[in-house]
Amino acid sequence: MTVGGEAYLILAALLFTIGAVGLMIRRNVLVMFMCVELMLNAVNLTFVTFARMLNDIGGQAVVFFVLVVAAAEVVVGLGIIVAIFRRRSGATADDLHLLKG
Amino acid sequence: MILAATRVDAAVFAISAVIILTGAIGVVTARNPVHSALMLVMTLFGVAVLFVAQEAHFLAAVQVIVYAGAIVVLFLFVIMLLGVDKEESIEADPLPGQRPIALVLALMTLGELLLLSRMQNSWAAGVESDAGPLNGPGTNVEKLASVIFTRYLLAFEVTSVLLVIAVVGAVVLARKPRRASEEQPEPVGGE
Repeated sequence: MTVGGEAYLILAALLFTIGAVGLMIRRNVLVMFMCVELMLNAVNLTFVTFARMLNDIGGQAVVFFVLVVAAAEVVVGLGIIVAIFRRRSGATADDLHLLKG
Repeated sequence: MILAATRVDAAVFAISAVIILTGAIGVVTARNPVHSALMLVMTLFGVAVLFVAQEAHFLAAVQVIVYAGAIVVLFLFVIMLLGVDKEESIEADPLPGQRPIALVLALMTLGELLLLSRMQNSWAAGVESDAGPLNGPGTNVEKLASVIFTRYLLAFEVTSVLLVIAVVGAVVLARKPRRASEEQPEPVGGE
């Protein structure tokens, strides 16, 4: 418990930035989804760190809810991706600019 | 004794940080989506280790079970079912100027986050939350359960509704489309 909270916050900031870069430069929708998961994990790490620094269990409760929402989001997002891939074989986000079925 | 504990903590943090950042960079740079998913598992395990290091034992277990055990497996299922595990060339930049702009935006975000993490006194308002202390009596699971089932009970119930909606939505979305001749508006699930 001796590593300061600032180190955790800096690590979470780096993780969030890597996820954001990946989301912006990759074209494969599945990899973009994984980058969103990276950003969510960075935020979870921040919440747990603040829960420790501020001595507050609420931070960990928020992480619990973030996990549930992330699971629901992945299920619906992958369902959408499966539905899109059934209709067309394009694998990149550039092919989806029409938003038509 | 205290010095030894300090060194162990620092070593755990350093090793986990290296694992997390290596996995994250691997997710972004791997050409094959399957490799990206496996690198994502690495990052998720590193984050779980840091949860344990910060006394969030329940969340570490849930992180491994839900993320590494369910979400990444779902990703791999979709990758393999759809057969999209083709290698993607990431050298070419399809949209000119996108990567420099992305890097600039990301560096701005990083700078802002680092600045915020250095301002130790500005994010703590000094007000005790009503969720309860982290270092009170009882185990981590007991404290987290008591706060979720009392203070955040409504939010907990709403998440169960959200999960049901997500299941129904996934079933509706992933169903095989009918033939074009008998195309009709699909009934909304749950009615």
